[in-house]
Order: sequence, then C-alpha cells, then structure tokens
Amino acid sequence: MEFAELIKTPRADNVVLHRPFYPAVEGTLCLTGHHLILSSRRQDNAEELWLLHSNIDSIEKRFVGSLGTIIIKCKDLRIIQLDIPGMEECLNIASSIEALSTLDSVTLMYPFFYRPMFEVVEDGWHSFLPEREFELLSSVTNEWRLSYVNKEFSVCPSYPPAVTVPKSIDDEALRRVATFRHGGRFPVLSYYHKKNGMVMMRSSQPLTGTNGRRCKEDSALINATLRAGKRGYIIDTGGGFEQEVQYPQYNILQESLIKLVEACNDQSHNMDRWLSKLEASNWLTHIKEILTAACLAAQCIDREGASVLVHGTEGTDSTLQITSLAQIILDPRCRTIRGFEALVEREWLQAGHPFQLRCAQSAYSNSKQKWESPVFFLFLDCVWQILRQFPCSFEFNEHFLIMLFEHAYASQFGTFLGNNESERYKLKLSQKTMSLWSWVNQPEELSKFKNPLFEANSLVIWPSVAPQSLQLWEGVFLRWNRSSKFLDEAYEEMNNIIEYNKELQAKVNALRRQLAELETDDGMQESS
Amino acid sequence: LIHSRTEEQVKLIDRFSTSNKSLVGTLYLTATHLLFIDSSQKETWILHHHIAAVEKLALTTSGCPLVIQCKNFRVVHFIVPRERDCHDIYNSLLQLSKLASYDELYAFSYNPKQNESKRLQGWQLIDLAEEYKRMGVPNSNWQLSDANRDYEICDSYPRELYVPRTASKPVIVGSSKFRSKGRFPVLSYYHRDKEAAICRCSQPLSGFSARCLEDENMLHAISIANPAHHYMYVMDTRPKLNAMANRAAGKGYENEDNYANIRFQFVGIENIHVMRSSLQKLLEVSGTKALSVNSFLSGLENSGWLRHIKAVLDAAVFLAKAIAVENATVLVHCSDGWDRTSQVCSLGSLLLDSHYRTIKGFMVLIEKDWISFGHKFSDRCGQLDGDPKEISPVFTQFLECVWHLTEQFPQAFEYNEAFLLQIHEHVHSCQFGNFLGNCQKEREELKLKEKTYSLWPFLLDEQKKYLNPLYNRDFSQKLVLLEPNTASFNFKFWRNMYHQFDRTMHPRQSVFNLIMAMSEQNKQLEKDFKELEAKMKQRNRQPEELLTKEPLQSVHPASPALKTSPCFKKEQSLLPMKDSIRTIEGSNTADNRYSEYMEELSKAEPAVVSLEYGVARMTC
Repeated sequence: MEFAELIKTPRADNVVLHRPFYPAVEGTLCLTGHHLILSSRRQDNAEELWLLHSNIDSIEKRFVGSLGTIIIKCKDLRIIQLDIPGMEECLNIASSIEALSTLDSVTLMYPFFYRPMFEVVEDGWHSFLPEREFELLSSVTNEWRLSYVNKEFSVCPSYPPAVTVPKSIDDEALRRVATFRHGGRFPVLSYYHKKNGMVMMRSSQPLTGTNGRRCKEDSALINATLRAGKRGYIIDTGGGFEQEVQYPQYNILQESLIKLVEACNDQSHNMDRWLSKLEASNWLTHIKEILTAACLAAQCIDREGASVLVHGTEGTDSTLQITSLAQIILDPRCRTIRGFEALVEREWLQAGHPFQLRCAQSAYSNSKQKWESPVFFLFLDCVWQILRQFPCSFEFNEHFLIMLFEHAYASQFGTFLGNNESERYKLKLSQKTMSLWSWVNQPEELSKFKNPLFEANSLVIWPSVAPQSLQLWEGVFLRWNRSSKFLDEAYEEMNNIIEYNKELQAKVNALRRQLAELETDDGMQESS
Repeated sequence: LIHSRTEEQVKLIDRFSTSNKSLVGTLYLTATHLLFIDSSQKETWILHHHIAAVEKLALTTSGCPLVIQCKNFRVVHFIVPRERDCHDIYNSLLQLSKLASYDELYAFSYNPKQNESKRLQGWQLIDLAEEYKRMGVPNSNWQLSDANRDYEICDSYPRELYVPRTASKPVIVGSSKFRSKGRFPVLSYYHRDKEAAICRCSQPLSGFSARCLEDENMLHAISIANPAHHYMYVMDTRPKLNAMANRAAGKGYENEDNYANIRFQFVGIENIHVMRSSLQKLLEVSGTKALSVNSFLSGLENSGWLRHIKAVLDAAVFLAKAIAVENATVLVHCSDGWDRTSQVCSLGSLLLDSHYRTIKGFMVLIEKDWISFGHKFSDRCGQLDGDPKEISPVFTQFLECVWHLTEQFPQAFEYNEAFLLQIHEHVHSCQFGNFLGNCQKEREELKLKEKTYSLWPFLLDEQKKYLNPLYNRDFSQKLVLLEPNTASFNFKFWRNMYHQFDRTMHPRQSVFNLIMAMSEQNKQLEKDFKELEAKMKQRNRQPEELLTKEPLQSVHPASPALKTSPCFKKEQSLLPMKDSIRTIEGSNTADNRYSEYMEELSKAEPAVVSLEYGVARMTC
C-alpha cells in the first residue's frame, strides 16, 4: 500500500495552528506518510510543528461556515487545533490524518522508515540481552540456570527465548509447569536479592480449575526457590483463583486515565468539582495500591527474609508493575539510567507486556477497547512518586520518565513495537528499526536525563504510601495546561548551584595541591 | 501554681499506626513545657501555649490514653499507666494551657539572656514610618493624619494613619462614625509607579438606606488622590449574601449610586466561623488512620479548605491587577476589616511589591497589615482562655497562600517554607511580644516593648535557616506583579504545615536542604579560594592556569555575618539541617504504614495474599 493513497490532500495553505503556550500561527500544512507538518511564513521558513501521526489519539472536526477546524488530541496528552479554510480540504485532511494515525500494519509504522541522523555507537538492541543479566547473577550465586526451553516460543508465546529458573528444575518439568499456568507463563526469576539470597519470581495464575487441580512440578519449582526452613509468600494481584477473567484490571485503568485527563484539561473547574473529579478518576488510588503491593513484596524479601512469587491472572500487567517497582525499592542499580533501561527491557519488554495492545490508544481514546490500558504509564507514575520522595537516589530525572512515556505510545524507534519477543523476532525489529536505547544512551542525550542531585545510595528505599504523600504527576498531567516557565528556571538555577559547587571544589582542591607541592619543594630546598 | 511533675513508663503512640506500636519513656511537666524523653533519649518538647486541646480517653488495658492536639498541628498520643496520674496530668495541662491573663504568658517570663539595649533595638527593627516612606508617602496626595493620635477615633487602629490630603478632620471623623468599630478608610499600600493605593476599612453602617456625606467625601478624596484615574474599586471581600444580611443590623455595603465613580465588587471569602470549622474538618480527615486516597480527597473537598484558600488568593489577584493593570485605587473591606481585609491587602501588596518577598519585607508586611491594623491575634489564636468562637485560622490561611505562591514562583522569594512555618509557630507560642493582644492600644497597655522580646531580630539572627537558595533578586524586575495561576489544580494540601511533625509522610530526602547546604558551602569555598589565591601570590608565584580562567562569579551575594542564637530550643528547629549534606530517611519499613500488612502476613504459612484496594488480604 502506498501512503499516497491515504493522503487525499497533501498540503493546505493559510492554516492556523493553535497550541498550548504559543500564539496562534498561520502557515502551510503538509501531510507525509508519517508526519503532520506545519511551516509558517517566518523568515527562516522554520517548521512550527512536526507531529507523528502515530501520536494522534483522536481527532474532532468542526465547521463554522466554510472554515473548518480540526482538533487533534495526542497520546502525549497535548491538544492542538488547526483552522483550515475550505470545507472539502478540511474534510480531506481530517480523513487522511484519521487513516494515517490508525494504520493496521506494524510494518507501516514510522520506525520501519526512520533513518537516524546520528551515528550509532552502541546498538541498543544488544545492550540488554538475557545472557548478560545472567552473567551478573552467576557472579553471586550458582543456584540458577538460563533455560532455552522457550527457544522457539513454543512453551510460552509471551516469554523470551531465555529465562532464568532454578538449576534443579529441568526443561521437561518447565514444560509441564507451563501447561498448568495461564498462557504458559511458568514461574521464572525476576529478581535476586544479593543481601540475603532471597528471590522474587513471577508467573501467571495457576490453572487449578474447579476441582482444585494441582501440579507437582509447579510445587517443586516454587519450593526450589525456597531456602530450607524458610517460608515464602505468594502475592496474587488478580481477582483470585476462582474468578473469571471478566474484569481485567487494565480496563479499569484506562477509564481511570481518561477521567483524570478530562479533569486536568478543564481549567474552569471550581475547587470542589476538581477535587471530586480527581477522586472519581481513582488514578491516585491505583498508584497507592500498586506501590503498596510493591512495598509489601520488597518487605517480604528484605525484612522477612522470604522469597516471593508474584502473579496476577495473566502475569503481564500488574504483576510486572509490582515486580519492577519492588526492584526499584530494593536494588540501587535499578535507580541508575542504565539499570532502569535494563529493568524496562527485562521486566516489561522481554517479560511480554503487550505494549502494542496496551498503548494503542491513550487518554483520548474513544474506541474503548478492553486491551488498551496505561499499565506502563501507571508504573512510570509510581516511579515518579518514589523519585519525588527520594530525589537524590535516582540517576535519572523526571524528563527521562516522560520521555519513556512518550516513546511507549509513539516513537521513531522500534523498541516498544510488538507485544512480546516472539512478535519482535518475526518483525525483525532489531534489523529493520532503531532501538530507543541507541539514541538515549548517547552522551549528549543522556545529559538531558541526568539528575544533578544524584548520589548513589545503596540502601533500600521505602516510600510513604500515605495519601498525603502522593501527588498528581504535574509534569505529565498539567504539562499542557499551565506554563512551567518559572519551575524550569528554578530547576536551571538549582543546576547552576550544583555545577558551581563542583567547579569551586575542583579549583580549591587544585590550589591546595599546588600549595602542598610548593611546600614540599620548599622543605626539600631547605633540607638540601 | 503547678509543680513540675515527672511520670515514668509513659507510652508515646504513633498516631497513624494501626497496631499499637509505641515508645516508652518519661513525661515531664515544667512551668512552660511538656517534655517526653523516650528510652533512646529522643526528646519531644511541647510548649503549653501550643496546646489546643487535651482529651482523656476511656481506660484501656495498657493504661489511660491522653491525646494532645497542638496549634502547630502536632498531635501526640500518650498512654499513662495509672488513670489517676493521667487525670492529674490532664488537669495540669488544662490549667497550663488555658490562661486567664496576659501576664501569665510565656513572653513575660521568657529570658534569652540578652541585654536591655539589645532588647530595645530588637523592637526598633521594624519601623512602619520608614516603610511608608519607602512606598513614597507622605507625598502631595497622601499625608499622615493625627486624628487617631490618642486612639480617640478608633481604638483598634494604630496611632499613625495615612489619609488623602484632601480628607479634612471632620470628614475623617464623620466617616469613622459611619464605619463599623470606627475603622474608616485609610492607606494600606501606596504604589509609587501607578500612583494608585490599597486602602482598607470596615463595612459602612448603611443599613438599607442610610447615607453619610463625610464617608462619601472620604471615598471621593481617596479616589482623587490617584491623579490618573476616574474610578476606584470598592472590594467587599464577603459573600454577597452575608453582606446583605448585615444590612438588617444597620451595617452592610456601599450603594454605588451614592458614591461617585466607584465600582463595587463582592469577592466571596467566608467568615471566621466557616474557616474554623473548615480547618477542623481538614484536620479530622488528615488525622485518620489507614486513610484511603479517596477518603482523603473527598475529605479535602468536604472540608472546603482549598476552596477558601483559592478564594483568598483570587481576591488578592483581583486587587493587584486592578492596581497594576488598570492603575485604579482599591478600597478593601469585610465586616470589621481585620480578618479578610488583612488577608487580601497583605497578599495584594505581596503580589505587587517584591520588597515583601524579602525576609525583612515580609516582617514589615505582617507588622503593617496584621499587627498594626488590629488583626485580633489574641482572640484568633486563643492565647487566653476565652470565647472559642473567636478562634479562627485566618493568619494560617495567609501563610498558606504565601506558600502556594512560593510553589509557583520558586525564585521570587528570599525566604523559604521553614520561615513561614516558624512564624506560624511563634504566632501561637506567646514566647515573643509581637503577636500578643488584639491591637496596638492593648499592646501599649501591656507594655510589651518594655517587658517582652520581639520575634523578628531572633529570626534575622537565624536567617540562614530561612533563606531560599534559589532566590533571584532580579526575578521581579521583569514583572509588574506576580500573577499566580489560580486554576483549581494548582492548589495542593500543605503537608509540611499540617503534618510537619509526622515525618514519615515527608519526602525522605530534601532537595531544598541539599541545595541550601551546597549554597552555603559555595560561599565558604569562594572564601577558601580567595585565601589560597592570596597565599599563592605571597609565594610570589602565579598559580598555574588557575588565574587565567574566568573570574568566579558569585551565584548569590554573600549574606551578612550569621550568629547563632541560643533562644530557639531544640523542638523549634524545623526542617533541620543535617550534619552531612546528604542524608536519607525511610530506610526503615517501620516508618511506613504498609509494614503493618506484614503482621497479618506473618501469621500463617504458606500464605497467599491478594490485593484489593490497597489492602493485602491473606487468603491461605
């Protein structure tokens, strides 16, 4: 299929763009296969707007006489408006945008066409291979092995080819356990706590059925993770064993996000209405729930000295929120940029969180598809809450989290395409697209995401989950609703103080050294 | 009256704990403080004047619970082993915290061991005449009036009042007779560039139809004192219904037809009783154990607290814009003109004049619009055992509005949150003379300047603690006024005020403390650098390459020499600076509420926990 077929009107003049914080600007609108571009008649003829079609969540059309207006609501929560003269042109452009922003085929997505303008120093597709993670594990324990039982994705279609399991459990047993677990997601290692050797495993729910079916290999696998005489815990995030999968959590979350964004976007709400809408969205309740569960898992491991198995129904959503947040609490490495990237790779991408389904639409979705859900977004918000409470313990800043949120929903990179490793293999993403990490990990990009306050903190960090301690993530939800100019300037000033401190320390130290050298010289001269 | 008393084996309970976790220690009652020292020697000090309520609960198996609520929002929950002892302590605290006369207040016995001349100097630190001069009055339009020199017209106003030059004595006297409590229109703030003024007064005694020619002349005089303008605003800060109801009592509001060129405006801030019950509701919600997010948010909504804060700030924005944008003079009043009027006038000035965003300027602002104009601190803060219906958090709301501004404009204020909290602390502590009494006349009668100390020099001595490291002196030069965004979503629950003693709820690392310490360290490093450089020069050798680099630019001008003050006790240090720059709290799960789910978890094995609405439930 040619994109040209979808583009009924490639270009329109005298289009007026309205967007947050900028005065309206008139220019020429161009539609390409992947972008909506508006260029103004400024001297330098610079583009005012480059919008990826895949970032468009929904569009609305309005007409006043022959002047048409298209309101574009983006997945990053921004809302822009285009005034287009001529009813037909406006209709053509609207339907083109609609078609281009809802392409069915993944291979038509921009990452397959994007050519990077930077030199790839390190290919992000190879930065976080399971083998590498296993190497790290092997240096502290030899009780685990890397199993390739899922090499062909035949045992569990949503698992990666290589998973870490107890050494004592062979591949045959794993195959049997897989038949006892929803979607074949047998318990695998999620996290090893070096301090006491306790572990966190994750899986999907067991298929016990109504007659309480059991699986001795499953019990053996779970028992193999326990130290002799130690107790273990199972944290079930789903609705329990007997309940049907009628109300999967992701539906509730999507509704919650839609309500929250609706509340944030209406500046005219009086206080009571704002607070009741914030409450009715339940977003902060979900944050508290997930954080509490993660803290609980972390507490079992670190304080109780017990191993934990976390599972929901499918083991691809709330399970991953909890296992990844528990690691952020427990493991200082996950609070570094590199470590967080590894965590996203390991616990989300390779663990088979269905990004493509969940992030198909965002807060302005009107499709109400039950598979759409801001599970990853909620996770990032939880990380932000912890970051706010421990502002010096993370190597990355808020912008890093916002960047990940944006790329999970619309990106020029292939990282978040597909729903699991099996799909990514079939799409040949690592050959045909660029990895997000290849771009992020360039020094000049990284510098934007570095937290100037960071100082490695080897402690376990226990966040407060009291409602008084949780906050609306303003950097995302109010981003387009109010100017952050003064806050940004203050952040800049904070940076300056820190930089100046480093500079001064360096200068003072250099002078001290020089003086000391001079004194030794003098001493030597005197004694000679 | 009360002998100091010691009670051993007292338990201090974490008020948010759902289990009965506690610290055991000894409780001491002194003449001024209640002190609890736990087994790890950690001290909790509570000033008797800070106690808002003491409650003795029903006897339990472990003893008799005693709950103390403080005006600085600390809540402590003790368990005294024997009921009889608990009863004694309860009675002692009631007596100690509810005093009948001013001379029993702490300020009259407080002795920071300072010599007399320094004490007097302290009282001279804030000079309001100097402040009016800074604003540009007296001038050709405004003059100092001697009408109230001996408090003959209005006993709740200060002696020195600025009025329009064209307002004659009979006009002033006539106007004051037409205003509630004699509080006639006077100057609160003069905007030099715009030649516009903020004036304040109480409601007119207009009833349904009464008129007063002198009052009409007074307003006209104020109006024409602004040479550029043809109209002035009259802001009635009350809800319209309240103002109308007042007409039945012979009070009310200005009739636009009777006053030339006024634009009349209601802004709808609720009265002291509504504010008092609003805060009470807020504290009830925030003090709830195992609070869910939704109960918190709906409680926050039902309390109306943030709605009131927004109303006050909206009014201040309206006022400041009228002056800065329209060059119009504004006359502000409520009923008596000492609560809402003080809030709106002071916040309006703060938005217009960057001087009030400095440490010294903020002190001046409080002295001017709150203390001198007769905000009834004694009644509103319940300093003496009096009518509980007079108590109201009007000044606390003012501080909260300022805090919201500091959140939106992090570089506009020289002072930080700790400064606001410390002022709040001392408005209620009765340790210093500034806030005692209800008006200047009363303060003179109490001879406060002879018998007590002023708070401000002590705060200035410690100003290092109250400096905002991000403050940018030039910030305000670009702006005619601070224009905060008052859309509802900008208003947040002020955790550091209402939970300032509940440390587990706070961020575990403070960016603010870190930057502050770094900023301090930078000053020291600059000094070190200069010294080292001088030493190198002395050695007659150029420090290689170092001098060739750009000269060091000071990020902030050096602050005046800092002295340590012995007057602040341990319990008063807020947001304490840690010894090392970087510290971390919360490395203990015991600090957190979720740790309590553990107790349920550890009962049986193997356990299955399912998660439902944030509560881990065991379903083994």
